[in-house]
Amino acid sequence: MTGLRTALASAALLLGSAVGLAAATDGFAAFTTETARRVAVRRHPVELPAVTLESDAGTRFTLADLRGRWLLVDFIYTRCPTVCSALGGDFARLERELAGPIAQGRIRLVSISFDPAHDTPAQLAAYLGRFGARNAAWQAARPLTAEGLRRLTAAFGVTVIPDGGGGYTHNAAIHLVDPDGRLADIFDPGHPERVSETVLGNLDP
Amino acid sequence: MTGERRSLPVLPAALLMLVSMAPAVRRFLEASMTAQMLVQLPLLVAVGWLASRAVPARVLARVERWNRSGVSGLILATAVAAFWMLPRSLDASTSQPLVAAAKYLSVPLLVGLPIALSWRRMGFVVRGLILAELVATCFRLGWLYRISPIRLCSSYGLDDQQRLGGYLLAVGGGLLVWLGWKLLWGRFETPSTARPQEGRGYREPVQTLHCRMPASVASIRSAPSRSPERKERATMARSIEVIPTARSV
Repeated sequence: MTGLRTALASAALLLGSAVGLAAATDGFAAFTTETARRVAVRRHPVELPAVTLESDAGTRFTLADLRGRWLLVDFIYTRCPTVCSALGGDFARLERELAGPIAQGRIRLVSISFDPAHDTPAQLAAYLGRFGARNAAWQAARPLTAEGLRRLTAAFGVTVIPDGGGGYTHNAAIHLVDPDGRLADIFDPGHPERVSETVLGNLDP
Repeated sequence: MTGERRSLPVLPAALLMLVSMAPAVRRFLEASMTAQMLVQLPLLVAVGWLASRAVPARVLARVERWNRSGVSGLILATAVAAFWMLPRSLDASTSQPLVAAAKYLSVPLLVGLPIALSWRRMGFVVRGLILAELVATCFRLGWLYRISPIRLCSSYGLDDQQRLGGYLLAVGGGLLVWLGWKLLWGRFETPSTARPQEGRGYREPVQTLHCRMPASVASIRSAPSRSPERKERATMARSIEVIPTARSV
């Protein structure tokens, strides 16, 4: 009898565990926070907060002001020696590859700094210069308040940790914002062709 | 008297739990991936293990009816432990208070406690299998963390992850050496001390209990034994001796 009861209990526990773990990993698709946020935004695009940003040219705007276009957004700090350079390179290439729709005003690129204390408009402009940004369709910007930065990174799912040496460790990605101003997709850096493919596919209809 | 007896065994578990919940301690335990996986989670498992001493015999007896050879407890503990090994669970428990609370409740109650209640009921083979699997898990995770160029936790840096990988390999290696030592020179089926007090805790289930035995032997086995370990072993030896005759009957 104990054996039968144990078998029943074990079967129930196994079933429960499988269901629970499936739920906890989005159907065994996402084991890390990074994958989870990608799966999540693809299923349910995320509304973004209207946070005031200051651009490399010194003008103020919010992401909501840019609605009606597709936006490619990345998060950087200009002193970053590693990942942000990869992101900068990707954006430079995307700017070239998507030159047509960019010229029609249908796509914009925005690099947002999470180190606003250091990244003044001058630093942001220098950053764009280093990667050969060609026109005003690629902007760099910083949030004006700590609260704004927190809301932005929370909405985008970007985690930034000071590395102790004055720099930051952060998850690097290219974020796609749809014309309704919602975060719709997230891509790994290093594969700009995947990004341009998706964006161009979305532009056609 | 009884109340005092009941409250004392829970004391170490309660103390350990309180210490691990103290804000400063918790901050330290969650400041690095290494501390969270190698100190905090094992600490919470230990809390549950210690708390098992305070479970009343009545409840134990009821649980044991559903937990033959510790199988159900093993499944529950494994599944919950697997959940808390997911990188996203580690992340969430450091940033979301609700998830943190779930961790502090579920790891002691659903991992430590079931393992404690099941371990002594498990046979030699199952215990060996679990230990071997634990070693393998340490090696698999350790290796993954050492070589992965991708950060698995958003809250922790790559250097932290690689350091944890090194430690996990060391822990796995240590466990392996210990396991090998036990295989060569030790005993697995240690009849660990039956708790002397009556009515609380539980006694080492004697393997021969599962065998069919004649009423005479059963009466020997079920004779009230407030006896210390030695006497119980003698009883066990007697019952083992009798079984062959029982078969021939």
